[in-house]
Amino acid sequence: MAKRSLTPFLWFLFGGGGMVSAMLFPVHILLFGLAFPLGMLEAPGYEWLHALVVHPITRLYLFVFILLPLFHAAHRIRYTVYDLFRVQPSLHQPIAVVCYGAALAGTLAAGYTLLTIS
Amino acid sequence: MSNASLPPTAELKLYRRPMSFWWWLERPAYFKFVVRELTCLFVGAFAILTLLQIRAVGEGPEAYAAFAAMLASPAGIGFSVLAFLAAVYHTVTWFPAVQTTIVLRVGEQRVPGSVITGAHLAGWFVVSVVVAYIVLRG
Repeated sequence: MAKRSLTPFLWFLFGGGGMVSAMLFPVHILLFGLAFPLGMLEAPGYEWLHALVVHPITRLYLFVFILLPLFHAAHRIRYTVYDLFRVQPSLHQPIAVVCYGAALAGTLAAGYTLLTIS
Repeated sequence: MSNASLPPTAELKLYRRPMSFWWWLERPAYFKFVVRELTCLFVGAFAILTLLQIRAVGEGPEAYAAFAAMLASPAGIGFSVLAFLAAVYHTVTWFPAVQTTIVLRVGEQRVPGSVITGAHLAGWFVVSVVVAYIVLRG
């Protein structure tokens, strides 16, 4: 029963994470992963990045930026593992617990970091 | 072992058709499906990488410089190239999927799926420009 009632919530996290990562991840990767390291654009100074990160709105933005995509990834990894490895149904629940547990651990770490950063 | 309260079918072992692990290479549609699902590995990895980036910012300029140097290493660039391709593939497959989950009506008329997908693509462009503008303002 408890498992059944959790399903819509997990779908909400999956869908929200799919949307957040679709909208925001390409530009973040392009800027921080490619344009700045390769010198295509001048990287912003440390002072500006620090001011940005400690701003309350950015903290909230970054929390959502990490939380939802982690659960999106957990959800997809869960079902891809089922499909690719044709997992026995008896192993479905432990795999789900590991996937969502890892996402929850990452979320708690993000929450702690964003609350304590100064 | 046997339980009288269970129907006899509970004792049956369900037949599972033998299938190769490489089933997803058998058809282009299967392959695209698995690639789409596996983009989530890069999505998850980049979310964690962003958390490490935030921590580096919190630790100070030296820690952040070390983090930036890690991203600029050949391995870092290689990861970013793959992550960027995966993220864009996720985006361009996600928006067409959204139109199947949203039923939007204007009056009696259902808004066509292509309009919903197009609106998301336009939103993606606007959001990307706004993020880049804020980051680059410094």
